[in-house]
Amino acid sequence: MKKVRLTTIMVMAFISLSAMYCKDAKTENSTNSEMITEEDHSKMNHDNSDGHHDVDKKEMAMNGDGNSQTILNDYFNLKDALVADDNAKAKELGATLATSLGKLDISKYTDAQQSELKDIMEDAIEHAEHISESDIKHQREHFKVLSKDVTDMVAITGTQVKLYEQFCPMYDGGTAWLSTKEEIRNPYYGSQMLKCGKVQREIN
Amino acid sequence: MKIVKIIALILLVGFVGIQFVPTDLNQSDTVPKTDFLLVNNTQENISALLQESCYDCHSNNTEYPWYNKVQPVAWYLEDHIQEGKDELNFNEWAEYSDRRKNSKLRSIISQIEEDKMPLDSYTLIHKDAILSDEDKRVIIDYMTALKDSLE
Repeated sequence: MKKVRLTTIMVMAFISLSAMYCKDAKTENSTNSEMITEEDHSKMNHDNSDGHHDVDKKEMAMNGDGNSQTILNDYFNLKDALVADDNAKAKELGATLATSLGKLDISKYTDAQQSELKDIMEDAIEHAEHISESDIKHQREHFKVLSKDVTDMVAITGTQVKLYEQFCPMYDGGTAWLSTKEEIRNPYYGSQMLKCGKVQREIN
Repeated sequence: MKIVKIIALILLVGFVGIQFVPTDLNQSDTVPKTDFLLVNNTQENISALLQESCYDCHSNNTEYPWYNKVQPVAWYLEDHIQEGKDELNFNEWAEYSDRRKNSKLRSIISQIEEDKMPLDSYTLIHKDAILSDEDKRVIIDYMTALKDSLE
């Protein structure tokens, strides 16, 4: 009898421990994913340091900010995936964009600009994260607001290349996006209405 | 037969065992000044709807059902509530910038329009949280007006 009771207690202890472990494992998972992004960062840093001089040169050429340009590049890649109706790729690129948004160096801006940029980034990251886990219809909904965020960012950070703000009057009561090309390729409709829209502003 | 008994015993013991694992309860006595309903001075009928259908997971105070006393249900709920609050916490409304409010309102509208919220798994038991078509229309109109006032 004594032996039975002992076994029962041991089994109970074992099971509650493993249950707790399961719970911890979950939290650990999220830490792990953070660690992976961390690693990605350092990888990218490595890449930078390998081509250190090039980066310096480039930075001088465009008056500093390499980071906002990375954000723009990731944004354009995402836009192209939506133009191509590619849900899976847009998911991937949404995650990439969320990472680069999180890394924007705002230290050289004025206090007012910094708080504006922080606000923009916080919002944009959320949209980019949603894009990384949604179907294409939702990706496009989030891309609309994301485009506004990125446009507002450019108003502060400036841009190294000429940008075209394009506008589609049909999508959700009229919706804008940014492109590096003058030619219209509509990210909100993709192949359904590839050329719907017009250039409404050029940003230098 | 013996093996069935042993398995049943292990399951039972396991079930009892996990009841001893503590959970954090999402509960608060005070409604902060930053609360959505306070800040926007939301009319009674709409605040009742939001409190009934949204606040359990999107605020700092959950009205727990009795089965929250039972594991593993409590973990499941804890996860959902955490996720819900990360996405949108009505209690912290005034802390969001206008840009973020605008984004949140857009999401509220589209989630309700598409019947994504309240979650089916929630309304399955919380029958009171189910929004009728009229309820949805009232909420969507209200959120849309609020969103337009921001822009």
